[in-house]
Amino acid sequence: MLRKRHLAGIAIFAAAAITLSACSTAAETPAATDVDAATATSAEEFGGLDALIEAAKAEGQLNVIALPDDWANYGEIKAAFEEKYGITVNSADPGVSSAEEITAAENLKGQDTAPDVFDLGSAVALSSTDVFAPYQVANWAEIPDANKESTGLWVNDYTGSMSIGYNSNEVPEPESLDDLLGADYKGAVAINGDPTQAGAAFAAVGLATVLNDGTLDDFTPGIEYFGKLKAAGNFLPVDPTPATIASGETKVVFDWSYNNLAAAATVDGWKVTTLPGTVYTSFYNQAINADAPHPAAARLWQEFIYSAEAQNMFIVGGAYPVTLEAMNEAGTTDEDAIAVIGNLEGDIVTPTEEQSTAASALLAEKWAAAIG
Amino acid sequence: MSAVDRATRLGAVRLGTEPSGIVRWIILGVVGVVFSIPIVAMILFSLKAGLAGGYTLDHWASLFDDDAARVYRNLFTGIGNSLLLAVVTVGIVLVVLLPTMILVHLQFPRLRRVLEFICIIPITVPAIVLVVGLAPVYSVVVRIAGGSVWTLAFAYGITVLPYAYRAIQSNLDAVDVVTLSEAGRTLSADWGRVLLFVLLPNLKRGVLAASFISVAVVLGEFTIASLLNRVNLQTALLQVSQSNPYVAVIFALLALALAFVLLLSIGRLGRTRRTGSES
Amino acid sequence: MTVANAPVLVSDAAESTTRRHSPWGPATRRPDRGLAKYLGLTPFALYVVVFLAIPTVIAVASGFFTDEGDLTFDNVLGLFAPNVLATFGSSFWISAVTAVVGAVVGALVCYALLGTRPEGPLRSFIDSASSVLAQFGGVMLAFAFIAAIGSQGLITVLLKDQLGIDIFENGVWLYQVQGLVPVYIYFQVPLMIITFMPALAGLKRQWAEANATLGGTRFTYWTQIAFPVLAPSFFGSLLLLFANAFSSYATAAALISQGAQIVPLQIRSALVSETVLGRENMAGALALGMVVVMVVVMWGYSVLQNRTSRWQK
Repeated sequence: MLRKRHLAGIAIFAAAAITLSACSTAAETPAATDVDAATATSAEEFGGLDALIEAAKAEGQLNVIALPDDWANYGEIKAAFEEKYGITVNSADPGVSSAEEITAAENLKGQDTAPDVFDLGSAVALSSTDVFAPYQVANWAEIPDANKESTGLWVNDYTGSMSIGYNSNEVPEPESLDDLLGADYKGAVAINGDPTQAGAAFAAVGLATVLNDGTLDDFTPGIEYFGKLKAAGNFLPVDPTPATIASGETKVVFDWSYNNLAAAATVDGWKVTTLPGTVYTSFYNQAINADAPHPAAARLWQEFIYSAEAQNMFIVGGAYPVTLEAMNEAGTTDEDAIAVIGNLEGDIVTPTEEQSTAASALLAEKWAAAIG
Repeated sequence: MSAVDRATRLGAVRLGTEPSGIVRWIILGVVGVVFSIPIVAMILFSLKAGLAGGYTLDHWASLFDDDAARVYRNLFTGIGNSLLLAVVTVGIVLVVLLPTMILVHLQFPRLRRVLEFICIIPITVPAIVLVVGLAPVYSVVVRIAGGSVWTLAFAYGITVLPYAYRAIQSNLDAVDVVTLSEAGRTLSADWGRVLLFVLLPNLKRGVLAASFISVAVVLGEFTIASLLNRVNLQTALLQVSQSNPYVAVIFALLALALAFVLLLSIGRLGRTRRTGSES
Repeated sequence: MTVANAPVLVSDAAESTTRRHSPWGPATRRPDRGLAKYLGLTPFALYVVVFLAIPTVIAVASGFFTDEGDLTFDNVLGLFAPNVLATFGSSFWISAVTAVVGAVVGALVCYALLGTRPEGPLRSFIDSASSVLAQFGGVMLAFAFIAAIGSQGLITVLLKDQLGIDIFENGVWLYQVQGLVPVYIYFQVPLMIITFMPALAGLKRQWAEANATLGGTRFTYWTQIAFPVLAPSFFGSLLLLFANAFSSYATAAALISQGAQIVPLQIRSALVSETVLGRENMAGALALGMVVVMVVVMWGYSVLQNRTSRWQK
């Protein structure tokens, strides 16, 4: 009967109409304040650091994403921030990649669970600047020009060197890349993810490239090395986690020095070594979400990250903070911490934007075939 | 066992409706042992004392450490949220799905195929895909209903649809709902009374099974909560696992045990006192 | 859970849709009756449209657009590239294998449970354990298997030390597609137990008695009576297991870090890349491919389900 079908259609149409009308509702107006925290580009615009702290405390929360507790000592840094300012740090999605951080910000736009700040690999930071809000921290001058975007859209925060962690009870200390091709390391070597997806794995291939007399312009030697590793039966295609390290499954792991050092701190018997030769580093970047639900807290977080207190905590975690030189000059470096990890010396290389892009394209083409 | 019971059992085995005792225990024994291996491996891992070997209770003891409090704060929030979500999801199943299924069964037999198909779609669309489409929907939901965690239950209700539907439908098929409601109506009960006092008691098995599986699904759900940056049991477990792998495994085991005990108690709640024999 | 055993009161006349007396009572003049009935469907319809239909359409439709928002069929055509077709093939293979093994083992366990009291300790324990394990997946399940049969796993080491058997002699297969088989079976079997038990418990004792009276053996009972009755439910559950394995993502992601050998991992690689950006819309096309495969599978499932319900009256 015609009427019944019409009624069914009306029911569904009503549902759709309600949904669409909700979509077109005007966005909520932000709370009225003297300063629009969302567009402030420095602490002065708040009226000084104290005013910034007040504004942030009023917000009361900070959403961070992809900051595992054992990554470059973020656990301690988050705890210190909470204690110092009384602002609750909501740490979401510790295991996601930099690209997923940006996706989360887009997906959660306008909701109060959206991330306030990001910690991103360079490739993602460079290509997502339209999501960021510019901000210059109080000690802006201490950060070398090469390590920041001129208006403060993204700023390097810390770096590590590519290192090798190994189970000292089961395998001997590797002294060169060729050692790892030997029989001692059968089914033992893992890298932190897939180089076409994860920054740490990408860096592992970069390290293999420079240690095999290659340059960062062409990652082929690195890809070939891992091909050889696979052929020797030494390559383990599993994702190394603190759990697999503790269970003895992944006996040798290519990862950032701060990650391997964190594992060494938790797991008895795990040791870390940096191979002699060229040192591969890559900075991560801090950025503020332009649509941050807690803009003042986000900016206070940046101030905190670049303060000597937090930068020293990075050293404890095994990472090299970006203001290290300035801190050394001012004498504010934590001497004990730097003694443990040693200074970053030797022939240090970091890929430029062009080198990264070229390498990514090369990996997309050749990696799957090499690893098979 | 009394002599009568023994005779009944023997008769059943002879008929073929039941396996003999030996066969039963061989099958259950083998499957049981194989399925307990990963759990045992997890327990042994949580007792490990580092890569050199040896065992220790230290990791279990550290659960009660004071400075662990900050890390576990998130975990307890996650547990609380998951339990709340389980309750709301079961609520959605009972308040939205169940009446609709009864209504369709009674009034719209032609729509039954349609309903079945709709309830099966959530399995066909993998969570990782659904989640991409849920994000824009939730930006609207948050504007209407606020950003608290219970709104996640709307998405969970969809995820449990296939299982809950199957459970309730097999019960609906076995119980003659049409005649029962007719009988109730002829005895001049209004629809509310028929639903509550005639139909529901007969559908108890299916409803309980649906609640069972809904609770299990909600406690195990990770992808949707993770995408929407909400805290639930599984995302909190992942957080914890980033700081200490041993403790992470311990909590995973405890979470499994919690879910198991919860389901056992729900099952007990639904004990019907039947005097008839099973066929 | 077993199916309730209410005595069958009414014949198939109840099935027919033309009734002179509806359960609403004798026909009365209620002009808004049609509206009231359909109103009853609205909450569910609204719920499904908002939380299922719209997200699915959004996710799948993204495959038809480029990053800039122009309509394109490139992503969908990309589905037919040989490497993508290979991943669909792998997904198919692993879903089929784990579905069949899970179905057979699950059915055996259900058979072993026949005759136990539905409220007894054994049944309750297995019901609860199955519900919990059927949803146990992701990182923890992957790790449980690494701890059990990884290269340093409990069983691996035991076999090597006690029996001299090295299961990883030819390479560590646990971290490749083959390695997913035991892991998936771990949640497929409990799922089978949950979905198949009601059907097995619904076998009527009278049929077995009739079989015995007519001179049949246990063998003829199972092959000629029970199996034909159970077949639709068995294959229906098998298809459900297939769908479950096909869309399973978190566990595979935790075990296989290199490459994307099955479709959900392809979707991951399109969505999460830190170093190769801008392929998110391919994920939408892959999702469309998955949905098409699944719709075909589940259509078969619902056809089989309709045949099953016939026997449960």
